[in-house]
Amino acid sequence: MNRKTGPAQYVLYSFFVVVFLFPVLWVLLSSLKTQSELFRYPLTIFPAQPTLENYRTAFASGRFLQYLKNSSFVAIVSTAITVMINTMAGYALSKYHFRGRDTIFFVMIATLMIPLQVIMIPIFLLEKNLGLLNTLWGIIIPPAATPTGVFLARQYMMTIPNSLIESARIDGAGEWFIFQRIILPLAKPIVATIAIFSFMWRWNDFLWPFIVISQQRKYTLQLALSNFVGQYNIDWSSLLSMTVIAIVPMVMVFLFFQKYFIKGLSSGGVKY
Amino acid sequence: MGRKKLKGSFDQTVAPLLFLAPNMLIFGLFIIVPAVSGLRIALYEWSILGDKEFVGLANFVELLDDPMFWRTFGNTVRYVLLVVPLLTVSALGMALLASENYPGVAWFRGAYYLPTMLSLIIVGITWRWILGDQLGIINYVLRTIGLSPVKWLTSPFNANVSVVFISVWMFTGFYMVMFIGGLQAIPEDLYSAASIDGASRSQIFWRIKLPLIRPTMLVVLVLGTINAFKAFELIYTLTKGGPGSSTKFLVQNVYQVAFEEDRLGYASAMAVMLMLAIGLLTAVQFRMNREYSNE
Repeated sequence: MNRKTGPAQYVLYSFFVVVFLFPVLWVLLSSLKTQSELFRYPLTIFPAQPTLENYRTAFASGRFLQYLKNSSFVAIVSTAITVMINTMAGYALSKYHFRGRDTIFFVMIATLMIPLQVIMIPIFLLEKNLGLLNTLWGIIIPPAATPTGVFLARQYMMTIPNSLIESARIDGAGEWFIFQRIILPLAKPIVATIAIFSFMWRWNDFLWPFIVISQQRKYTLQLALSNFVGQYNIDWSSLLSMTVIAIVPMVMVFLFFQKYFIKGLSSGGVKY
Repeated sequence: MGRKKLKGSFDQTVAPLLFLAPNMLIFGLFIIVPAVSGLRIALYEWSILGDKEFVGLANFVELLDDPMFWRTFGNTVRYVLLVVPLLTVSALGMALLASENYPGVAWFRGAYYLPTMLSLIIVGITWRWILGDQLGIINYVLRTIGLSPVKWLTSPFNANVSVVFISVWMFTGFYMVMFIGGLQAIPEDLYSAASIDGASRSQIFWRIKLPLIRPTMLVVLVLGTINAFKAFELIYTLTKGGPGSSTKFLVQNVYQVAFEEDRLGYASAMAVMLMLAIGLLTAVQFRMNREYSNE
């Protein structure tokens, strides 16, 4: 619809930008204040003497670095695994005919309705029996086989023409070769999508670590932050800077893929 | 054709199974198996250390007069009934605002979407900082303009209001994007035809946009309901379920009964009830949608 854009529209748009962004911005501004300014009246909007002191304190504590390391390890490794096994499964479900294929796909989609919250007790017992409790692998492997990723991969690969695969077969290419050298390169956009989402989910994930991890040494950033905010006397000056650090990767993902997000997500059907 | 089929047949039967194997193995082990064994565990008295005793339906019978179960069940249902409609309306409103092609509109959409990308814990911390009784900026502003500060998260009524508001704030962008997709799929011709016929803006909304985005609406309602039912992390960060148990929801109760009271079987029975509630409401929504379309 083409209607004239008045300044009124932009005022309204900007008003909502403030509504949705101010809280995050406020955390950022607060994290740059000195401890005394943080608790001083009257409140200042912008830090009087912006300082990175709070960040220095955060990084100086070995624990925080450990949490950061754990989170990065989990997010990167599980994203690699997810991309690999999701695209393989998506390929099998889109380009081969075999008995039970549609049943498998249907069951997978149906389980999107079963939240982790409902099965956390059997998950806990299972991880305990497998010796995965208090290991980072215990939060990397189980969520890797996400149905959403398989769904996205399958839908995308269905649009790749069969003739490409058939002519490669006539040329004598093996099945794995076709997948790796023909399908994956053609499916780059969806590989990127799955990678971005997987990274976001795993970086932001709280419930899996909450169920599986109890040793402080193995905490992820989210788990550590939650623990921090649960204490009686919250050390806000450290907490705010740690929160900002935990936000940074998401904002970076967001800025890099802003265009894509709005476009890709508009096609709908993406559930975390 | 026939030759190729013969030649490729072994590879082409085995290959898809191998391609599927890693994903299905993990999927089966960590989603299907737990979903089934959750039902079984609910029939036992089961402790973390592994002692278990078959009790049949006793756990479900006990649920019937467990005040904390009903309390958290009621809290959850109330939250769902508030959040889902509010979220749907706010997401649709933002989508209507941001689906038109003004210059720079993508950046505005992006800004509205950003909160969705943050973790539930981070959103919780952010709002605790803003809504703090003493140090929060909102109460500071209230005091500055001569009003008395409000206990946003520490009085039962306000805590519930805050939790609903913050959830709507966080997820509006997520569902907005879905609505934008639905709105943009409406053919332009319909609008031109309508405006030639002299349709007003509100007529276009009620008679064209709303009916045509019903499929999107259904997805939003179903996902919104499921997500609201499993709400836990955000509220836990904001209030820990308090004050008292006024913002304690089903999932938090399941967690605490399981891992703090060490009653895995009983907590599983609660989780089964949660699943039933989600399934039932989803079915109702699909049913209502079908009846609408048959009219």
